[in-house]
Amino acid sequence: MSNVATYSTNGGPYAIEAQDLSIYYGSFRAVKNINLRFPTHKITALIGPSGCGKSTVLRAFNRMNDLIPISRAEGVILFHGKNIYDHDVDPVEIRRRVGMVFQKPNPFPKTIYENVAWGARINGFKGSKTDMDALVEESLRDAAVWDDVKDKLNQSGLSLSGGQQQRLCIARAIATRPEIILMDEPASALDPISTLRIEELIQELKKNYTILIVTHNMQQAARASDYTAFFNMDADRAGYLVEYNQTDELFTSPKNEMTEQYITGRFG
Amino acid sequence: MRESFDRELQRLEAEIIRMGSEVEEHLTQVTAAFVERDAVTARRMIAADEAINERRIQVGLDALTLIATQQPMARDLRLIAAIMEIVGELERIHDYIKGIGKISLNIGPTPVLPTIAAHMPEMAETAREMLHLSLKAFAERDKELALRVPAMDDKVDFLFNHLYADVVAYVMENPLGTTHANSLEWALHNLERSADRTINICEWVVYMVTGVYREMSMGEYESPPAA
Repeated sequence: MSNVATYSTNGGPYAIEAQDLSIYYGSFRAVKNINLRFPTHKITALIGPSGCGKSTVLRAFNRMNDLIPISRAEGVILFHGKNIYDHDVDPVEIRRRVGMVFQKPNPFPKTIYENVAWGARINGFKGSKTDMDALVEESLRDAAVWDDVKDKLNQSGLSLSGGQQQRLCIARAIATRPEIILMDEPASALDPISTLRIEELIQELKKNYTILIVTHNMQQAARASDYTAFFNMDADRAGYLVEYNQTDELFTSPKNEMTEQYITGRFG
Repeated sequence: MRESFDRELQRLEAEIIRMGSEVEEHLTQVTAAFVERDAVTARRMIAADEAINERRIQVGLDALTLIATQQPMARDLRLIAAIMEIVGELERIHDYIKGIGKISLNIGPTPVLPTIAAHMPEMAETAREMLHLSLKAFAERDKELALRVPAMDDKVDFLFNHLYADVVAYVMENPLGTTHANSLEWALHNLERSADRTINICEWVVYMVTGVYREMSMGEYESPPAA
């Protein structure tokens, strides 16, 4: 969308930034006054107890909350210098450039090939069949699932294992050539081996993408991210940002006592 | 879950304090044995080293088990790191105690120089007090105390330099006493290093409390003082 591209500051230190962001569901304020910016080509983990609004915050970055009619955002999310909540911004374009991977692998009941090609097509891919073949292969390779599926591209995406399905979904997200990938507990439905493969994959992906990941698993945040943001719920049940720092700092020497209590398992 | 974790942390911490108290006592006892030519106590100090080594290994393994099973973070993680480091320092200090015991046996019945007999116990007492305060700082999470202890090392170093010079003077007068003098220097050196190890403990206490590691030790004696 030209409105966003016009403000492009490609290669800047921050890929996306929330300024005084609050999100409401009806009259209920779910998260409040979030100020947070995400370094380009880094992995930032969002952690916190259930109900602290971390998924709500994550979904704000590609306007997924728009799908809930009573939701409303206040404040600003800057992407290439443009507020993505401005009325002249097309949310579909935002969702192409800020992709998303969900908790449960959710491939379409179509072939593996079509799962990946769909993402590109819906975003206006106009290339030839050969171009599409190349894009599908590249996306599957980048998602570290090509070797598993190259001989069965015409089989259903649902025939794959859980871990393979999730990597297929990551390939589908990559195929739209996003700049940022949002991941909402992408490994919580997977076994430990598949989880580690996803974490390794995320490390590879950060070379080309900025990654925001919500996780319930603190060890995963500690292992797999460069920065960590810790959210908690206030007395009014609104989520807010407690502490944000480099991951190694936050997990060894948190500055905030509440962070300390949470990561040492004293609440949450 | 959290309760059993806390219990195990407290148990390891208590073990550090118990080991530390024992090392403290042995510093005093081995020095007394050295200046009084008490072979029985010297042998007992040497024999005690094996148990200290075993306890150090057990604390280290238990701490690793906690890391593997509890995935400690933040304050808990720093406490476990401090426990693992401090137990290593205690074990090394006891190696020095064992060393002094062995030197004592090697010297045989020969009396030590009067100046050693007069001042080495004071040196040992200062090193023991440093160890005691560093462990107090550990138990009480007292950063300020941990930062104060290293200055006491000046007194240990002062006594070391003084006694070192005395021993050199003795050799100049008695060239045939070089072997004996060498043994005395080694014993003094062991004591001096014990105090340096205590400073390492203080560094880990400061890290444990603040999350910031700060070098406070001057390091091993690099050159002997001018005689």
